[in-house]
Amino acid sequence: MSQLKKYLEIGSSPHISSGDSVEIIMRNVVLALLPVCVFAVYTFGTAVALVLATATFSCIATEHILCKVTGQRSTIGDWSVAITGLLYGLTLPPDLPLWMVAVGGIFAVAVGKFLFGGLGSNAFNPALVGRAFLQAAFPQAMTHWAEPLGDSRFVDLPGSTLAWPFAQPVYDAVTAATPLAEMKFDGIQAANRELLFGLSSGSAGETCAVLILLGGIYLIVRKMMNWHIPVSIFTTVAVITWLFNLYDPVLFPRPTFMLFSGGLMLGALFMATDLVASPITNIGCWLYGFLIGILVVVIRFWGGMPEGVMYAILLANAVSPHIDHLIQPRVFGTGKGAG
Amino acid sequence: MLDMVRKDSFRNGVHPPEHKDETSHLSIRRFPFAPVLVVPLSQHLGKPSVSIVREGQEVVRGQTIAKPDGFVSVAMHAPASGVVRRIALAPNINGDMVPSVYLQPHPASSQEVADGEPCDVETATPDEIITAIQRAGVVGLGGGAFPNQVKLKPPEGKRLDTLIINGVECEPYLTTDHRVMLEQTADIFTGIRYLLRATGASEAIIAVEANKQDAATKLQQNCPEDLPVSVRVSPVKYPQGAEKLVIKALLGREIPSGGLPADVHAICVNVATTAEIGRLLPRGRGIQERVITIGGPGVDRKGNYRIPIGTTVRFVLEETGAAKNISRVFLGGPMMGAAVSNLDIPITKGTSGITAFTTAETGEATGHQEVYPCIHCARCVESCPLFLNPSHLGLLAKNEEYEQMAEEFHLMDCFECGACSYVCPSHIPLVQYFRLAKKMVRKLSESA
Repeated sequence: MSQLKKYLEIGSSPHISSGDSVEIIMRNVVLALLPVCVFAVYTFGTAVALVLATATFSCIATEHILCKVTGQRSTIGDWSVAITGLLYGLTLPPDLPLWMVAVGGIFAVAVGKFLFGGLGSNAFNPALVGRAFLQAAFPQAMTHWAEPLGDSRFVDLPGSTLAWPFAQPVYDAVTAATPLAEMKFDGIQAANRELLFGLSSGSAGETCAVLILLGGIYLIVRKMMNWHIPVSIFTTVAVITWLFNLYDPVLFPRPTFMLFSGGLMLGALFMATDLVASPITNIGCWLYGFLIGILVVVIRFWGGMPEGVMYAILLANAVSPHIDHLIQPRVFGTGKGAG
Repeated sequence: MLDMVRKDSFRNGVHPPEHKDETSHLSIRRFPFAPVLVVPLSQHLGKPSVSIVREGQEVVRGQTIAKPDGFVSVAMHAPASGVVRRIALAPNINGDMVPSVYLQPHPASSQEVADGEPCDVETATPDEIITAIQRAGVVGLGGGAFPNQVKLKPPEGKRLDTLIINGVECEPYLTTDHRVMLEQTADIFTGIRYLLRATGASEAIIAVEANKQDAATKLQQNCPEDLPVSVRVSPVKYPQGAEKLVIKALLGREIPSGGLPADVHAICVNVATTAEIGRLLPRGRGIQERVITIGGPGVDRKGNYRIPIGTTVRFVLEETGAAKNISRVFLGGPMMGAAVSNLDIPITKGTSGITAFTTAETGEATGHQEVYPCIHCARCVESCPLFLNPSHLGLLAKNEEYEQMAEEFHLMDCFECGACSYVCPSHIPLVQYFRLAKKMVRKLSESA
């Protein structure tokens, strides 16, 4: 009688689980972003490596320190803050002074994430909160873009990178125009090839549409990303642009230009899909993507700035809980399905 | 077109590893009598049975030892020939102590069973069949343990047209229904005759999942010409076997929230229950044993056994060679089975399996994984077969908003299939929350 163990565990069913965890999902998102980071370093050189490292480090350190200060267990092990850091870094101009990068990173995590209650409670995508803060605080530095594939990009650092905190950064070169700015102010549309393969100027991570797309597809295949959101955004942007382009091909760009330029790829695939800040139902996700798509087009066409993805996503983040409140799944046996 | 898997399924659901190959090829074997059998008087939902034996009385295997108390109650039968030692409290799966008959089998107790008053399917009236089913002590053997005669009598004014025989058995590890379909094929058809007559339904459909193709084929080949029965094969998906989902998959009808199968003119009976009705009623016998899958990595001699009711879990595990490092034992399968806190609880009519996990499996099981905050990944929403919003319900449960859960988010429809907890990457014990919340809602409505 005594051969069986004396103490048994009890617990609520189910007694098995799929084996997936938050940590695994987050780690895969980081993995999907790595090729984009590597390519960004290749096109813009050492400066971008430093920007990405500073961004990631400042975000992780902020979360760790805030957890410790408030007497909680450090949550950096769930990898979500690493995504915030990388994404944030990828949205920045390559020659942004590193001290600004660090300030924005601290703001992204402290205000965008921790203040709201940490993982699972952030109403807005923290990376974009950090970027929006920098955009407001340092508008000049945030719109200074370096040329890609400069000859000395692995040898020299831009003078601005290591600028002293609160000192006016000194730029070596005149600012290059991003494809969106060229379109908006000069009416020049960059070729698809340049946009797809990252040969244009822009923020560190938004220039190579192909790698971003591949990373997104990887996550969608592994069922770690809701494909409804990017598909909805792309469709909305493409259809609206196509209609305007039909109406006036000179004033309004072609749909592929809109899709592959600026931060739309990175934003639609990696930031709008922030699980916490997006709706929970598929119908809600379509609506959310539709809203982002419209906002992107409106800001790009008629706004004061050439790019609008960041504000479009942040605004949609704010609406997301209301979408969830409005659109609930139809419960089995209720409504028209019953009987 | 039997070999063609039809799209008879439901939306959402999950695909946990099946582990059915471990026991599905093993024929049903008999099980020895334990030194003491503990037969609880309440093995079903509804009122406990009333004991009609006294301490010290000799009983014969199959003899009625307790009679039903009212309509929502059933009879009990002696699982072995022996002596009633005492009638006293015994532990059950919920941790309660319930009145039970302690029976000491004679060392030479044979497997022979005493016959009772037969019920002839050709001449019996529906009411006579329903009474015979109650007298045979038949409850839902799929796990619900609801007195069978109650659901066979549709509410006033409700007409039944379709009888669904549920042989889906979607729980991992369990293969009892599979074996019963292969080995008691004739009993199943006899049972269907009784059930069609009792309910007045015009046709019967046997629902089987695609991982039991051999059983589906055998049923199809042996189907009597004169019986309006068809066999339908559904794709493998958990929880396909749930009553609401089988009816939706096969008939396209959705039982209204809070309603019964009779609301959509259907009735759903488990296949093992049907086989027992077909086996017992012609000879007037009662349920004194049932087929149970003993499985899981913690058991050496896995298989399907016909085990006397009242055998303790401890005796079963010792006889089948439980591993030294078993850490979690549950009645049923891993998705919905209840964990056993005391190995001395007896097997009852609702027990379809005993699954034992060792420390190797529970190391990665839910209780040992770090719980993260909900990240709104929507996997639970995409897995819930009833289209509830487990993510939001979980949030409300944490804030103890039980009434809101019930009134606005259909908490009471949840049948605790476990799909949401299974997929949750944050390892939030959603089902546990919901179970507690449902209890609280019932308490609140009672006190109101």
